[in-house]
Amino acid sequence: MSDTVSIVIVSHSQDVAKGAADMVREMVGDEVNVAFCGGNPDGGLGTSVQRIIDAIEAVWSPKGVAILVDLGGAETNSEMAVEMLPPQRRAVVVVCNAPIVEGAVMAATEAAGGSPLERVRAVAEELSAS
Amino acid sequence: MPLDQAHLRRLIAAAAEQVIASAPELTALDQAIGDGDHGINMKRGFEAVLGKIDAIASQPPGDAFKTVGKTLVMTVGGASGPLYGSFFMAFGDAINRGKQLPEELAELFASGIEAVSARGRSKAGEKTMLDVLVPVLETLRAEAGRPDLMRRACVAASEAVEKTAPMLATKGRASYLGARSIGHIDPGARSSCVLVHAICTALENAP
Repeated sequence: MSDTVSIVIVSHSQDVAKGAADMVREMVGDEVNVAFCGGNPDGGLGTSVQRIIDAIEAVWSPKGVAILVDLGGAETNSEMAVEMLPPQRRAVVVVCNAPIVEGAVMAATEAAGGSPLERVRAVAEELSAS
Repeated sequence: MPLDQAHLRRLIAAAAEQVIASAPELTALDQAIGDGDHGINMKRGFEAVLGKIDAIASQPPGDAFKTVGKTLVMTVGGASGPLYGSFFMAFGDAINRGKQLPEELAELFASGIEAVSARGRSKAGEKTMLDVLVPVLETLRAEAGRPDLMRRACVAASEAVEKTAPMLATKGRASYLGARSIGHIDPGARSSCVLVHAICTALENAP
């Protein structure tokens, strides 16, 4: 399905990423495609640009992909991954400035209603405003 | 005279080997004000660089540095991957645009710094690797033409690392600690110093 914005969850921990994705599926359902990744290239705590790229590709939607991240390196590596996508895809992938679990649930809820990428991002980022 | 292939190989290998050797120290610094993975992450990245050093050194210098950068991006696993990766990719891009190594080292450094600053949305004074890279660039520019310029750049790097200790971190993981980051040297500043020493020493010993 690709008529909704997809969600990618990037944590330093594969377990945290999977847990957040499980919560999205439980609370939002399967209308929105959700991919997750965690762990550095050796599998320890950290993030991997290649895994992030793979996760984006796995749930690619022409409506766009919203990425939710946990700590510093996850954000930097996600931004790097977006830049390494083909130019036409890069334009419709955003890294949200939002808490990872709540942001993923809110973004997915908004995406499930068919909202455009900018609206999905804005709803997730409202969580960081206060 | 531009770098020949053997010299380029020695430079990149020295940078990688010295970062790898400094991994325990980088980890110890990062345990104080970060999440303790800077040493192991940098080691993983530069071991990957060493693992393909023959292929890297067989490329023209600009492409060689871009490959170093891309390898760091894909293997480091922390924020330092894209940060150092962007530095070396921009360094290589500048060479490919016609800047000469070693003659225009300052300009190459400036391109790398611009990329790091954009990637990290940061500037000097925030207790990061830029607090070493920027003073080194200033020295390369201010002291240009001196026969001992590479030594001076190394001294500038070493002095700049120490100056990060009293700084308050406002970017990166150490910023979560607020005032508790004060009194500790920044791990990224230290790894930048290691790289500056390796690169400038290799250039100083050019044939």
